[in-house]
Amino acid sequence: MILLLIFIFVLASFLGTELISKVPSQLHTPLMAATNAISGISLVAAITMCARSATGTLAMVLSFVAIVLAAINVVGGYCVTGRMLEMFRDKGGTK
Amino acid sequence: MLDTIVNCAYIAACVLFILGIKKLTKAQTARQGNFLSALGMLIAVVAVLFENDVMASWSADWVMNGYLWCAVAIAIGCAIGYIWSKKVKMTGMPELVALYNGFGGLASALVAFSEFLENPTGEDVISAVAVGSTIFVGAMAFTGSMLAWGKLSEKITGRAILFKGQKPINLVLALVSVAAIVIFAIPDFDPQLKFIAILVLSVVSLVFGFTLVLPIGGGDMPVVISLMNSLSGLAVAAAGFVITNTVLIVSGCLVGASGIILTVIMCKAMNRSITNLLFSGFGATQSSASKGVQAEPKSISAEDAYLILEAAQSVVFIPGYGMAVAQAQHVVKELAAKLEDNGAEVNFAVHPVAGRMPGHMNVLLAEADVPYEQLKTMDDMNPAMAMQDVAIVIGANDVVNPAAETDPSSPIYGMPIIKAYEAKTVFVLKRGKGKGFSGIENELFSKENTLMIYGDAKATISSLAGEFGKE
Repeated sequence: MILLLIFIFVLASFLGTELISKVPSQLHTPLMAATNAISGISLVAAITMCARSATGTLAMVLSFVAIVLAAINVVGGYCVTGRMLEMFRDKGGTK
Repeated sequence: MLDTIVNCAYIAACVLFILGIKKLTKAQTARQGNFLSALGMLIAVVAVLFENDVMASWSADWVMNGYLWCAVAIAIGCAIGYIWSKKVKMTGMPELVALYNGFGGLASALVAFSEFLENPTGEDVISAVAVGSTIFVGAMAFTGSMLAWGKLSEKITGRAILFKGQKPINLVLALVSVAAIVIFAIPDFDPQLKFIAILVLSVVSLVFGFTLVLPIGGGDMPVVISLMNSLSGLAVAAAGFVITNTVLIVSGCLVGASGIILTVIMCKAMNRSITNLLFSGFGATQSSASKGVQAEPKSISAEDAYLILEAAQSVVFIPGYGMAVAQAQHVVKELAAKLEDNGAEVNFAVHPVAGRMPGHMNVLLAEADVPYEQLKTMDDMNPAMAMQDVAIVIGANDVVNPAAETDPSSPIYGMPIIKAYEAKTVFVLKRGKGKGFSGIENELFSKENTLMIYGDAKATISSLAGEFGKE
């Protein structure tokens, strides 16, 4: 199992490197905001932990906080990226 | 059965993330990419609610019901995230991204810490290493980002702060962290020592993030933000090993790779290595080798500048952080439009490290409705620079400093610059006669073809634009 996970890790790193190096510098800020949102995927881990730990334990409180933070990242990240890309798009349309 | 469906959903989420980033490579498809990526996130979050562990937390007693707590937390987070994203100004984008990096890191670190509390003995070596690494990287990303945020929002001085013994201290902190992870991972080791090891690790990682970013000055913030972005991604990937979830590993890697690539691009654009950046304290180590007497820069009034601009056939704007500070992007666009009406060709040359984060200037100019096609990169614009009648430097300094090409003793020697000095006439908009952020003397200002326009960039530009309106 662990080898498989490491395998995935390595492949994903290469894929990420290939993909991101194609993003033009004009779009770097939206890219960063979008990756902020994607790193909010720790929401999934936080939900798992919150459910695994018994109610009222410190572990649950911490996972609760983690869910809040990750959800801010997800929603905030996608909304802000959307807002920025909206500005980039309008110009193309009116040309 | 359900297990298989959940895993398929995770695969779908990964595919959507990858497609989303792929579409982010073009301005036309970027919005679609953002949507796909968000859809992937939704699928992943719905899928986790059907995981066995999570389903087991369902209880008739609502206080004990895991779903309820998760739902409350998600609702709080969504509300905060949504309101915040609507309210934030485009000029505040670097601060926002810095904070999000910090949140991402902290969320992962908290997940790992909860796992540790639930399972404090760390019997399984691999998951113990994963827990330790997640806490280490996540906590570092958290304090590092918070400090970066403080510097960006000028709550703390943006200058590089150097302290004695910084390198040895950082080295010790790193070694202690590694040792703590090792102790936690040794099977059958004294559980009490393991407990202490993780506590030490948590504190040390928090301090480490702080000491790592402290010596980096405001002008180097694009690199710090990219680096923290990368760390927050790696923390997510490590958290994926903690709960053995592939979707976390894949997305964490994507984010980590993205951050590292941006870091490398930023470093290249400053001609510095990442180790040099992290450990040298740029701006604090400036050589005071002022050579010879420099000619006094010539200054010009906005009215006279207008006369030159009116005759110009081609104009290039070179924005820097000063434009963001003066909030001048809208008047710049206004002036650009008037120049175009006047028959001039207008372009914007954006240096990769202009501003405080990668792509900072592009976002501001896009906000002001500058057409995407006019936003040129340094490499696109430089060959055409000699053909430009007028180059207008707005609040940029180091990125147009010819010393980077000519003066080997300059701290920025070797850094690629926008060759503003090649333009027939250069206007430099500057707040006052002082040195720029990095404190490096700029030869461009005293060049024969350079004219300084002192004053607030926004006021200057709008008076220039106003002159065009007079006819």
